[in-house]
Amino acid sequence: MTRELSSGLRAVAVTLVGFGVAYHVLVWGVAQVFFPQQAAGSLVRAADGTAVGSTLIAQRFVRSAYFHPRPSAVGYDAAASGGSNHGPGNPDYRDALRQRADAIQERERVRRAEIHVDMLTASGSGLDPHISPPTASLQVARVAAARGLEASAVGRVVEAQVQPPLWGFFGKSRINVLELNRALDEAFGRPHAEAARGAHGATR
Amino acid sequence: MVLDIFAIAFTIGLAIAMSLPLGRYMARVFLDRPTWLDRALVPVERAALRAAGAHAAEEQDWRAYARSLLVSNACMWVVALAVLVLQGVLPLNPDGIAGMGPTLAFHTAVSFVTNTNLQHYSGEAGLSYLSQMMMTWLQFVSAATGIAAFVAIVRGLGGSRIATLGNFHADLMRAAVRILLPFAVALALLFAWQGVPSTFAGAVQVETVEGDVQVIARGPVAAMVAIKQLGTNGGGFFGPNSSHPFENPTPLTNLASILAILLIPMGLIWTSGEMLERRGFARMIFATMLALYIPLLVVIVRAETAPPAAVLGVGADAAQGSMEGKEVRHGAALTGLWAVSTTITSNGSVNGMHDSLTPTGGLVALSGMWLNNIFGGVGVGFINMFVFIVVTTFLAGMMTGHAPALLGKKLEAREMRLASMVLLLHPLLILGGSALACWVWTSAPAAADTLGWLGNPGARGFSEIVYEFSSAAANNGSGFEGLGDDTAFWNIATGLVMLLGRYVPIVAPLALAGALGERPTAEETPGSLRTDTVTFAAALWSVVLVLGLLMFLPVAMLGPIAEALTQAA
Repeated sequence: MTRELSSGLRAVAVTLVGFGVAYHVLVWGVAQVFFPQQAAGSLVRAADGTAVGSTLIAQRFVRSAYFHPRPSAVGYDAAASGGSNHGPGNPDYRDALRQRADAIQERERVRRAEIHVDMLTASGSGLDPHISPPTASLQVARVAAARGLEASAVGRVVEAQVQPPLWGFFGKSRINVLELNRALDEAFGRPHAEAARGAHGATR
Repeated sequence: MVLDIFAIAFTIGLAIAMSLPLGRYMARVFLDRPTWLDRALVPVERAALRAAGAHAAEEQDWRAYARSLLVSNACMWVVALAVLVLQGVLPLNPDGIAGMGPTLAFHTAVSFVTNTNLQHYSGEAGLSYLSQMMMTWLQFVSAATGIAAFVAIVRGLGGSRIATLGNFHADLMRAAVRILLPFAVALALLFAWQGVPSTFAGAVQVETVEGDVQVIARGPVAAMVAIKQLGTNGGGFFGPNSSHPFENPTPLTNLASILAILLIPMGLIWTSGEMLERRGFARMIFATMLALYIPLLVVIVRAETAPPAAVLGVGADAAQGSMEGKEVRHGAALTGLWAVSTTITSNGSVNGMHDSLTPTGGLVALSGMWLNNIFGGVGVGFINMFVFIVVTTFLAGMMTGHAPALLGKKLEAREMRLASMVLLLHPLLILGGSALACWVWTSAPAAADTLGWLGNPGARGFSEIVYEFSSAAANNGSGFEGLGDDTAFWNIATGLVMLLGRYVPIVAPLALAGALGERPTAEETPGSLRTDTVTFAAALWSVVLVLGLLMFLPVAMLGPIAEALTQAA
């Protein structure tokens, strides 16, 4: 038995150093050299160099002048991510659907049938950075009005931000909300401070 | 929808195509034949074996092999437990995560050592970077343990009058260094390129565009996610696993991940055929597994992409399908593909919340775990199917009046007892565990408040209980995460179930293979049972469904089926 134990412990030591440490350091080293931006978390920086977020992580947008991301079950908390874990029959889930549909209808002034599923449902991670193209189109009118722009001008920026599926068929068409909003700011300048900020149809 | 179907067909076709050369490579590795990666990897393997000691050269019979396996796994468990409990004071903890409580640490250590990766803590909030690295280590060695057990059993099945099945430590190192390591490194770098973080810096605090504060957790993620998938581990860095954009940022990483989930389990089937020199046998097994996989896949994809009634009920456009708990960049269909693939392979990673799957989708996920032998976990998938093959051979022998013999080896009463024990243990753990939990629930006063277990009411809540025990017994690791599972009851109960569900179905087949190996391989005659035929495949398929799935029908009725039938529009 002691021989077994000593073999076992040696196996533990060798594999722990090899796979627990060396493997990690190898991957980290190569990633830091060849993919430094991604390795650090794909951070997006403002003109003065400070980080304003990550392209891969959704952040809260409630102002009328910005496109809004999908609802989040964790309030966009990127240190405690998660989904709602609601089943389709859960009454809380159904209530949330109704509330969000009402809020979107009021904010965007559209018919219910134009609202798509991704805008009504919480993402699995709570940090989904994308929305579908129809959901973006839904918000164009409101964003344009808030910024005093033509809807077509905003629509063009949206079009340019659509990412197609991989090789045309794998995955879905999507638009990164943070990148879209930054593109808007870059093209048309940052919007003025809003008069009434309040709890604008919270996208939670 | 058409594009989704094409994407799914493309993925599976690609997985099968890639599994063939991989299977051959793995066979060459274990048959001591030269391979193209030898120049890079053999020196590493030799150094590792030298460090592990001279004992790695001895041939072991099944008892010594099993002992080495259990003792080394136990040592790993002890080290893991120590790290988890002490993580608050150990280095590499930039975000100041506290040490784990005792039952949770017990559970987590068991979980990663048994290749389950059931996580009752929430990812980035529960582990320090050092602990994540230690879990990565366990992901390698638990996968390598499974592959080693597979190789030993194949040797027993194919050998004639052999007394030994190899050396566990040598097999473990070989599997880890020459199979898992190179592909994990390649996959990790692909992930890193696509945006999966790889840093030892702590969480970054940003001021968002609108002026909020957001703390973004990151870490040495890429390295862990690669082996998580390849070794059918499933334990992610972050709580939401591969639905988190930092673990699965693009459609390309989604594709690579699904392939990684399937590749080694599929490949090992071909490996068995090469090592046994019975390619027809391997083809039969692969075909039977596909014939179980595809129907499950069709059912779940249809269920998840169907317009959800709740969304239609509020009058919105439901064309995207069920998107609660899913991510836009992947979509409902590919999440369905992932969900079935992860549960048949006992992987357990998810790219969408399973507790938000449709009832039918949830039933498919459960079925994958109840069967646990459709490609299955690395190594153990073949082993589980092997047990069913033994039973099928026995039944075929009964039906045709021949003494049962598998690949020329006579099957005797002892083998049948071992096979039956393994077969029955799985449902016993799941159904027994679920019954125990239900009893606790019904005995507790005001259970919903005092226990706080269930995240969803009604039949779905019952499914949460059954899913948790199914996941533990199958060493899967996914969950209906509405279940409040970080409690002493769940930690200890599922911890014990994981241990039994992992080691009995490894040790008993080792005994079986040891006995078969000692026997001479009989010459094949016109009267012997052919196991490479469509007839045998059909028989195996039927036995798997009837003996593997039928006894779960009652809990299926009480859970997902009841939920599906009672769901109001």
